[in-house]
Amino acid sequence: MSAEVLALTAAQAGERIRAGELRSADVFAAYRDRAAADELNAFVWVADDVPAAAAADAPLAGVPVAVKDLFCTEGVPSQAGSKILEDYRPPYTATAVRNLQQGGAPLLGKTNQDEFAMGSSNENSAYGPVRNPWDPTRVPGGSSGGSAAAVAAGLAPWAIGTDTGGSIRQPAALCGIVGMKPTYGAVSRYGMIAFASSLDQAGPLTRDVTDCALLLRHMVGQDPCDSTSVAFPEEVRTPSAERLDGIRLGVPEELTGEGIEPGVLENFNATLRTCEELGATIEPMRLPHAPHALSAYYIIAPAEASANLARYDGVRYGLRAPEYDDLLSMYTRTRRAGFGAEVKRRIMLGTYALSSGYYDAYYGRAQQVRTKIADDFRAAFAAVDFVVTPTSPNVAFGLGSKTDDPWAMYLNDYCTVPVPLAGLPAISIPSGLSEGLPVGFQIIGGAFSENRILDAAYALEQAIGFDGSSARGIAGPDAPRPGQERRPDGGKG
Amino acid sequence: MTSFEPVIGLEIHVQLDTATKMFCSCALSFGEPPNTRCCPVCLGLPGALPVVNAKAIEYGLMIGMALESELADRSIFHRKNYFYPDNPKAYQISQYDEPLCRGGRLGDVRIHRVHLEEDAAKLIHVGETGRIHGSDTSIVDFNRCGTPLVEIVTEPDVKSAEQAREWLQLLRETLRQLEVSDVDMSQGSLRCDANISIRPVGETGFGTKTELKNMNSFAFIERGIKAEVIRQTEIVRGGGDVIQETLHFDPRTERITSLRSKEEAHDYRYFPEPDLVPIRIAPEMLDTARAAVPELPAARAARYEAAGVSADNAKDLAFRAELAARFDDALPVADSAQATAALFLNQGELAAEVEPESVATVSNLVGAKALTPGNVRAVLEILAERGGDPADVVASEGLGAIADDGQLEGIVEDALAANADAAEKIRGGNMKAIGAIIGHVMRETKGRADGGEVTRLVRAKLGL
Amino acid sequence: MIDREQVLHVARLARLELSDAEVERMSGELTGILGHIEKIGELDLDGVCPTSHVVEVTNKLRADEPRPSWPREKILGAAPAVRDDGFEVPSPQA
Ligand SMILES: [Mg+2]
Ligand SMILES: [Zn+2]
Repeated sequence: MSAEVLALTAAQAGERIRAGELRSADVFAAYRDRAAADELNAFVWVADDVPAAAAADAPLAGVPVAVKDLFCTEGVPSQAGSKILEDYRPPYTATAVRNLQQGGAPLLGKTNQDEFAMGSSNENSAYGPVRNPWDPTRVPGGSSGGSAAAVAAGLAPWAIGTDTGGSIRQPAALCGIVGMKPTYGAVSRYGMIAFASSLDQAGPLTRDVTDCALLLRHMVGQDPCDSTSVAFPEEVRTPSAERLDGIRLGVPEELTGEGIEPGVLENFNATLRTCEELGATIEPMRLPHAPHALSAYYIIAPAEASANLARYDGVRYGLRAPEYDDLLSMYTRTRRAGFGAEVKRRIMLGTYALSSGYYDAYYGRAQQVRTKIADDFRAAFAAVDFVVTPTSPNVAFGLGSKTDDPWAMYLNDYCTVPVPLAGLPAISIPSGLSEGLPVGFQIIGGAFSENRILDAAYALEQAIGFDGSSARGIAGPDAPRPGQERRPDGGKG
Repeated sequence: MTSFEPVIGLEIHVQLDTATKMFCSCALSFGEPPNTRCCPVCLGLPGALPVVNAKAIEYGLMIGMALESELADRSIFHRKNYFYPDNPKAYQISQYDEPLCRGGRLGDVRIHRVHLEEDAAKLIHVGETGRIHGSDTSIVDFNRCGTPLVEIVTEPDVKSAEQAREWLQLLRETLRQLEVSDVDMSQGSLRCDANISIRPVGETGFGTKTELKNMNSFAFIERGIKAEVIRQTEIVRGGGDVIQETLHFDPRTERITSLRSKEEAHDYRYFPEPDLVPIRIAPEMLDTARAAVPELPAARAARYEAAGVSADNAKDLAFRAELAARFDDALPVADSAQATAALFLNQGELAAEVEPESVATVSNLVGAKALTPGNVRAVLEILAERGGDPADVVASEGLGAIADDGQLEGIVEDALAANADAAEKIRGGNMKAIGAIIGHVMRETKGRADGGEVTRLVRAKLGL
Repeated sequence: MIDREQVLHVARLARLELSDAEVERMSGELTGILGHIEKIGELDLDGVCPTSHVVEVTNKLRADEPRPSWPREKILGAAPAVRDDGFEVPSPQA
């Protein structure tokens, strides 16, 4: 049963369930068993009980979904990868998750992540690092590394994550799956434990583009509980394009040269040729301010985070330090004990950037750079349909190889970071392998161009024919996966 | 010795009387059990997001209109960051450089700005318990947390403690008549801080200011400011410097103590609240707010003064909106706005039970000497009881003033004869003794005699 | 250069306790990161409007209609210390 189920994409499994050829309970149980035997440390919590069968006509048909830990799920641990929220069980469920449940996708489990979504390797989780199913000595990317690894390894049919600077697209690229960051405001942020409010956006991590569209369709929608959410202007359609005729792809000089690993660049160029074969034209272009996006991002995101994370003070929920002398030491020791090194670094950075005397030089300027970056994209979309780049400058790197150099780690987001600063949608699809590891191809579109992006991605996906099955170890949880040594501790930290 | 003058600016926090909180749908709390008016938003739970209460914006605009402020086209919220157990997100959603209203004036004090924000929770100090490692303990109740607040900041136009009190009374009455707040200082729905400095009379610069926090009655505000002005004056006269700090006035001991010195002052790290979108004040929003703003005390008082009412009476009437509304109905038929205003104020409750036009007519009868002041109350009581035309009531009850001088002259002569001792005293220059004569005349005429006329006749008869 | 004193000042604003070693490391790391970030200081940004919202949406207002608040058990359910139906904290006045 497991192998049969595992071979199906989520959309295919849903069709079989609706056709009466598969039971949703069996699909759930198959994935639940695999998730429970997770050796990648991708899950931090897995559902026990098989849920009541979804309604026969439920659009998501009962195919369960893995959810990044930072989505609040009522009564279920929602820890955002942080010790400060250890075993925190919220009294309510995030709108995005509720929407999926109403569409017929029950909760399979909560996936590991970098603490408060701060990281590009998943090594910043208080619950231990996640391993890459293509090579467990390597990182899966981050911060939605647990969701990406779970989908890539076939521990979940599909998953949702959040993207602030690249946290869906980069792990999707490093794990060889599809990941999409929607237009800012398309998916409600209500119940998503915040990292950087003006950038955070939830989106799907899936095996293929069709699953991505299907999952996204049931995530989007205006939410009266999120003032920044907007009505999606059309239904998210199932993509069907076969060609890219007449599509103009802009290739920005700034994001496709220096700093990109040779193997990644080679794959990117090969993908561009495939695009041309499908009828697209390739147009070199400029995004002059893109090289400054990382700087702007590492001011804006930490600044917002410093305020968003100030609520973890040991008063109403979460950790409180066991020993303190007074109110001040309760605060400082609780936050010292509860936050990890990267979170502390960013809280310090953000607090500094907002502090008296520095606001204009840092936060104010970063917001101006943000305007310029958005202007660059606006200008670009007057001339091209999409901007394309490698998703990540590199393939999955070794665990621990970048943990000592924060800026080197931040450079992982070099190609993804300009996109959320401009609030735009972008997808990463697997475009092949370099050194035996997946490479991602990023397609960026104008605001609310998700349907067109999905169509283009679908056409390209069919032409590339990427095979991710080796990472799934089709025979089931007991079969060793390629390149993986069984480890008794499963990486759980 | 140099004399100093106080320079005082006021910061007032007003709890709005909306049905729900500023950013969530919890009902406002009125003494409910602790933590029963809370939800994920006002408790600052992870993932919860604020949504602006439309009514709070409307009330904010109404207040801005009442204070003649410039209303913003576009207004945004900021986060004001500080840690405190009553501040669940560790930032207060407030307004910073794009407030809802700027500038304005109320009476003799200019307004600097008016903005919206959310109230904090209540901290209940329970003292030493030993439960938390031997230190003192407080308990947090989040019921009040998130109540909509309007913060009104004045320019430093206030020159004395008395002026501060009087102006705050005008502000409170204005807000009360706008029906946007309970304005109950003892319940904390109106709270006032004062920024106080002193300077030598004649100078235009500012001295170092201190902030006197949270005085919860008009009397305390007046006494607190007075005490602080004295404290500062003594420091400066003694050759010392006033330190910029936040102070607390204890009304029981009249003592001023420091809350925290400026070295520890907060760096609030304001930045635009990314969870909210800008407010654009649409014409319909302005129309709705404008339609809900009644004529307010300051404007009303000015209008009455222009109609001839004395300044004191005009203000007193304007502060009593219901009485003033009746006075407005009486005004068109009043011969004297001042006499009618005074009648309304003197006979407040009784006058409120009589048709306003009839009150004016009663006042007119007095003015025409057809009714004596002494019988006004009797006439009003009858009118309150059974209505009717005032002139008819006066006639049918025989309460009209004695119009015939001859008749009154005779009664005065009788009175002088019957009170020879008093007459003698008056003749000797003791005018106080005239009371006995007037009393006699009033008894004889059942109050229908005019007191002034009686005095004139007495003087004439006695050759004074 | 973010020196020790600045690190301690910012840590106090952020209510973070740092060991001496952490202060040292934070000083170096923040200095390094800001060294990269400071390149935006070279851009000519005169007259450029700051962007804090990417979507141009305004007036997301909520009708002033009450909804039931949450049961107190849920409100206090995750609290580290509860007393007299409230959240117990060390007194700020202590
Ligand atoms: Mg305030
Ligand atoms: Zn609430």
